[in-house]
Amino acid sequence: MVTGIAASAKDLSINYGAKRVLQEVTFEVAENEIFAIIGPAQSGKTSLLRVWNRTLEFAPDARWTGDATILGQSVRSLSSVYELRRTVGMVAPLPVGLPLSVFDNVAFAPRMAGSRRGADLANHVENCLRQAALWDEVKDRLHELGTKLSGGQQQRLAIARALSHDPKILCLDEFSIAIDPVTTMRIEDILVGLANRMTIILVTNLTQQARRIAHRTMFLLNGHFIECGPTERIFSDSPERRETFEYVRGAFG
Amino acid sequence: MREQNGFQETPAVRKRQRIESIAKLALAAGTVAMLLPLVGIVAFLVIKAAPVLSLDFLLKPPVNGMRAGGVWPAFLGTVYLVLTSLAVATPIGVLSAVYLNEYARESWLTRIVNLAVVNLAGIPSIVHALFGLGAFVAFAGIGRSILAASLTLAVMTMPVIIASTKEALASVPYSFREACWNCGASRWQTIRHVVLPNSISGILTGVIFQVSRTAGETAPIMFTGAVFYKSLPQGDLFAYGLFDQCMALSMHLFTISTQVPGVPDSVSYGTAVVLLGSVLGVNALAIAFRIYLRTRKKW
Repeated sequence: MVTGIAASAKDLSINYGAKRVLQEVTFEVAENEIFAIIGPAQSGKTSLLRVWNRTLEFAPDARWTGDATILGQSVRSLSSVYELRRTVGMVAPLPVGLPLSVFDNVAFAPRMAGSRRGADLANHVENCLRQAALWDEVKDRLHELGTKLSGGQQQRLAIARALSHDPKILCLDEFSIAIDPVTTMRIEDILVGLANRMTIILVTNLTQQARRIAHRTMFLLNGHFIECGPTERIFSDSPERRETFEYVRGAFG
Repeated sequence: MREQNGFQETPAVRKRQRIESIAKLALAAGTVAMLLPLVGIVAFLVIKAAPVLSLDFLLKPPVNGMRAGGVWPAFLGTVYLVLTSLAVATPIGVLSAVYLNEYARESWLTRIVNLAVVNLAGIPSIVHALFGLGAFVAFAGIGRSILAASLTLAVMTMPVIIASTKEALASVPYSFREACWNCGASRWQTIRHVVLPNSISGILTGVIFQVSRTAGETAPIMFTGAVFYKSLPQGDLFAYGLFDQCMALSMHLFTISTQVPGVPDSVSYGTAVVLLGSVLGVNALAIAFRIYLRTRKKW
C-alpha cells in the first residue's frame, strides 16, 4: 500500500520571534497512511501543519528553517502556493462554517480555483458532503447558513470543504476538541475510509485517538522530537523512550 | 428557626441591597442628566423656530438681506458639500482601511501609519481649514469653490472613515479568513467573497455617520468655498457647479446670528432646526440600517 513519501520535514525549526516552538525535527509521512502527531500543548504541532500548507506566513513574527516537502517538492520554492493549499487539506480545531450557505461552503474552493461549475459542481458538493457523512442531515437545507449548523455538523462541513479541493493529504488539527464523542467516532471512521485515497495527518491531544486509527505515531514534547514509530510500539509497554511511555500512560501532559 | 432557613436577610445582605439600589439610582440619574439637555435643546430650538417652520422655509431663498425667506441655497450647498466630500473620502478611506487591515504586515511603518490615522482624526477642524486653503485653494489652484471645500472636508473625514472601516473589517472573525486561505483562496478572493460581504453594512454605517459631522462643520468651508450669500434659481437642484462657491447651512447660521443685524430669532432658530433635522434624520437612517442588519447577522 505504501508507495512513496507524502510529506516530510528535515531539520525543521520554527520560531515565533525569539521563542522557538519546534527544534530541528526530521521525519517522513508515507503515502496513504494515517500519521498521528501527539504531544502536550505548546509542542509545535499546529505550527508544523502550517509550514506544510504555507499558512504560517500569515503569522507576522513566525520564521522557519530547515526543509519541508509535500509530494517530494520543497514547499519553500513553489510557484503556486494556492495549488499547494489545495493539495494539503486542512481542518481547524474549532469548527468553522463560513458565513455562506451549506452548498456554497463546499463549493467555495472549486469556485475560487475555477475548476468546476454547473452540474459537475453540484455533484461534487454532494459527493464531498456524503464522504463527510453530512449529506443526509443537510440535503434538505443546502441553502441555509453553514454557521447555523451544530458544532459537530460544522466540523463535518469543514471536512467536506477540505475534501472539495481534492487534496492528496488531509491534515486535521485536534478536530475533536469541540465536538461530542459520538461525532468524533463517526469522523474517525470517515478518516479510516479516506486513507484508501489520501494521506491523513492527525494532530491530536487525545492519545487514545491516535491509538485507535493511526498506523504510525510521532511524539513531540516542548518542540523536541521524542519518538516516531508504529502506533503499536508507541503504545506498548516498551517504546524506545521513557517519556513516551509516561506520556501515553497519562503521567504528564 | 434561623438555622433551618438558609435564605435569611442578614445585616450584610441588607447592606449589599442598599448599596445596590444607590448604585442603580446614581447610574440612572447620570442617564437623565445626559438626556435632559439634549431634549431641552431640541425642544427649545423647535419652539423658537415655530413661526417660520414650513416647507417654504426649506425651499425658498432668503430675502430682505437674509432677514426673511428660507434657507434653500444653504441647504442645497450643504448637500453638495457633503456628497462631494464623501464621494472622495469613502473610496480612498475604504481602500486604505482594507489594505491596512487585510494586507499590511505589522511593522514600524504600519504602526506609524496607524498612529497617524488616529491622530489625524483628532486634528481641530480649523487646522484642516488652513491646510485646505493652502493646499487646494492656493497651491493646487482650484480657488475657493465647492470642490476645494469638499476636498478639505474629505481630508478631515477620511481618518474617521478609515477607523470605522477597520473596525467593521475586524469584526469578521479571523477564523473565516484562515478557512478560506486553507482551501486555496487568495487574499483578495477571501476579502471579496467573505470579508467584505460581512462587513459592508458596518462600513456603510460608519460612512453615513460622517454625513452629520461634515454637514455641521463651519471652519473648513469658511476659507475654502462657502460664501455669505448666493442667489439661486428657485427649485433648481443642479444650481451649483463644482467650481462655484456656495452657501452652507452651518455657515449661514453663523452669518445670520453674528454678522447681520436685525435678523428675527425665528429665522436663526429655523436654520438651526433644518441643520439639526437633516443631521438627525440621516443618523436615524444609519441607526435603522444597523438595527436591520443586526437581525440578519450570519453567525
